[in-house]
Amino acid sequence: MGSAPVSKQPIYLADTVQVATKILVAGHFGVGKTTYVGTLSEIDPLRTEEVMTASSIGYDDLVGLPDKKTTTVAMDFGRLTLSPRLVLYLFGAPGQERFRRLWQDLAYGALGALVLADTRNLAESFPVFDRVEEFGLPYGVAVNHFSGGRRFDEAEVRDALDLDQDTPLVTCDARDPQSSTIALIRLVEHLHARAVNQESYR
Amino acid sequence: MSGPDESSLVRSYVITGGRAQPSRTDVDVITLIKATASKELLHRLNREKRNIVELCRGGALMTVAEAAGYLNLSVALTKVLVADLIDAQLITTRTAPSSPAADRTLLEEVLNGLRARL
Repeated sequence: MGSAPVSKQPIYLADTVQVATKILVAGHFGVGKTTYVGTLSEIDPLRTEEVMTASSIGYDDLVGLPDKKTTTVAMDFGRLTLSPRLVLYLFGAPGQERFRRLWQDLAYGALGALVLADTRNLAESFPVFDRVEEFGLPYGVAVNHFSGGRRFDEAEVRDALDLDQDTPLVTCDARDPQSSTIALIRLVEHLHARAVNQESYR
Repeated sequence: MSGPDESSLVRSYVITGGRAQPSRTDVDVITLIKATASKELLHRLNREKRNIVELCRGGALMTVAEAAGYLNLSVALTKVLVADLIDAQLITTRTAPSSPAADRTLLEEVLNGLRARL
């Protein structure tokens, strides 16, 4: 294979892979997105540094204006080969307003989003829901149950986050593959139910 | 040297010749790419493009995002470079760009794959 200077040894996809699809793992800073992606990914998660403006104007507007105030955001992602022909990518997506341009890239063609939330600080998740809804992504919510955090009352959390009754809400431990996989399954079951519903209206 | 943020922006500007948008709209972060067997001399390419082609040679399949991750480039920049390489027929893509409407069969396939991991 090639001789490009790489950050780590590439692990290529099987040549049988025909379809790649993606789900966003969205959440505020420190909620556990990186851990979650790392727990489920079959490869060491990869990280890129994306250039963002502090004021949310597009990357386009920045070109040629190097003195403009900018910031970078680290984006982590991982992958799961689900069948010989299908691979799923999980992209960690930060919720703040200024990362809208990144969201545009990530949300395009995404199946949906799993919003990670922390019951100790639910209000931090509000901007994340704003982004998810802005880009029209169907979503589920997984409360990352940090050790020591108290168990949450589902009705309370639904109410605080203003979730629809049919929006999946589960608890997971982002370090644990089992509960993290179940959170993803609940989301995809929800996406599937929506797709079936939409078909019956056609 | 300026801060890392500013220098990476200037670097992106130089590498893409000042463009922020890819030359084609069908390059997504999860577009599957591999290098073609083209004999075109790679030394004509700038270093970043050459690295992308070398990374994906010999039938090695990966996504645009993975190429960015391995080469320490931003995804936004890599999309621009890959689009140029597709135009130059040095990179081919395997899948059609993902469709915004998720179809039911695909979701069933995803579900089966995830359930099999439990």
